[in-house]
Amino acid sequence: MLYSVVNPPPFVDARAELTAPKQEKALLETAVNLLVPSATGDGEFHGPSINEFFPDVIFFADTPFEINRIILIRFLSVAVLMLVFWLGTRRMKVIPTRMQSIAEMGLDFVRVNIAEDLLGKKDGRRFLPLLTTIFFMVLFMNVTGIIPFLNIAGTSVIGVPLLLGVISYGTFIYAGVKKSPAKFFRNSLFPPGVPPALYIIVTPIEFISTFLVRPVTLTLRLMMNMIVGHLLLVLFFSATHFFFFTADGGFKLFGAGTLVFGFAFTLFEVLIAVLQAYIFALLTAVYIQLALAEEH
Amino acid sequence: MLHAVIAAATEEAAPNPLIPEIYDIIWSAVCFVVILFFFWKFALPKMQKLLDDRAEAIEGNIAKADDAQRKAEAALEQYTAQLVGARAEAGQIRDQARTDGQRIVAEHKEQASAEANRIAATAKTQIEAERQAAVVSLRSEVGTLAIDLASGVIGESLTDDAKASAIVDRFLAELEATELEATSNASTASTAGKN
Repeated sequence: MLYSVVNPPPFVDARAELTAPKQEKALLETAVNLLVPSATGDGEFHGPSINEFFPDVIFFADTPFEINRIILIRFLSVAVLMLVFWLGTRRMKVIPTRMQSIAEMGLDFVRVNIAEDLLGKKDGRRFLPLLTTIFFMVLFMNVTGIIPFLNIAGTSVIGVPLLLGVISYGTFIYAGVKKSPAKFFRNSLFPPGVPPALYIIVTPIEFISTFLVRPVTLTLRLMMNMIVGHLLLVLFFSATHFFFFTADGGFKLFGAGTLVFGFAFTLFEVLIAVLQAYIFALLTAVYIQLALAEEH
Repeated sequence: MLHAVIAAATEEAAPNPLIPEIYDIIWSAVCFVVILFFFWKFALPKMQKLLDDRAEAIEGNIAKADDAQRKAEAALEQYTAQLVGARAEAGQIRDQARTDGQRIVAEHKEQASAEANRIAATAKTQIEAERQAAVVSLRSEVGTLAIDLASGVIGESLTDDAKASAIVDRFLAELEATELEATSNASTASTAGKN
């Protein structure tokens, strides 16, 4: 019941249309959803739906502290993340052990390629804890999307992307205001080098792009990537299951195709997971840098 | 198409994925705070300490290498200075030897010429003395001879040619004999003068 298919939002619909070939149309009616099998087990194909991102409550139902499967997956991500870095940084030596090398590589990536590269040594160090947290939180929660038996990204529900987007937003405003409030708002809203008359147009645009669009794009980019990735994988693998076990004769061959695609997209999702984490942390650093810059 | 199929199965209203649930936000925040705290207070300070240690180790090694190089340079300088000193000393010694040699040679030359002069002077004096002795003896001899000759001439008859020539011969023989005697006397005198 909870997994049943409902009116998806337009983007889900569009993607489903896009990825479902014409032949599948008829088959869909009798297909089976692999990852979230229907309770009835009637052999019908249930396409992936948005309800997958709102699974059954497991603990604390009807309180503000409800815990469902996705929240548990997030907890697991946090636990694994802390375990990895706890093991890696527990006894650090000048000549690193294997585990330490991995932790160092990860932390150095954020420190050098994101924080110090964009913000310089001093400011980079100031914002390093935040940027590191954003990068690894997003990364570890993204990766659960392709880990067997978890199969859904912790970032595919709006809570984490929204929270991080708001934190990123708050941070760059804090950085700018702390440095020089007047300069920050003047640079943000009245960019220098523009003829004064054009401020009538430029200022509203700058206001919208800086103070409204930034957090929204950060949030939606991450969440949508994860939702769509999940839906794609579910679609491929449920279709594979359907072709192999329910479809007749020649249609079974389609299963091989969808399986290959599912596998390919699984690998692609690894890339997406890393890339989205990088983009989120990088953009946060860029926004902070712009807020700290003397002139745009 | 697909939409219709999916719509047909609809049993309840779909939640809007853009509207966050309270529990979603709360647990996200908990996760965030935990991770932030972990990185801020645990992982990153350790990492920073490691980086500092590593930098220190590298700097320490560099300083050590610098020190070694400085020492080597100092030693080299010292050796060079010593070498220069030794060379200067050798030069000095050589110069000294040269001057000494020149001085010695000059001294010897001087001594030799002085000796030669002295010998020449002695010889001259001796010759002079001998000449003086010869003159003196000759003078007395000639006088005696003249007297002897005169007395001979007067004592004999000079008319006989044979007698006259015999007288002259005798005279000459006597003269020669006296001359020989005078010479031997003179040489004896010169030897005595030398000593």
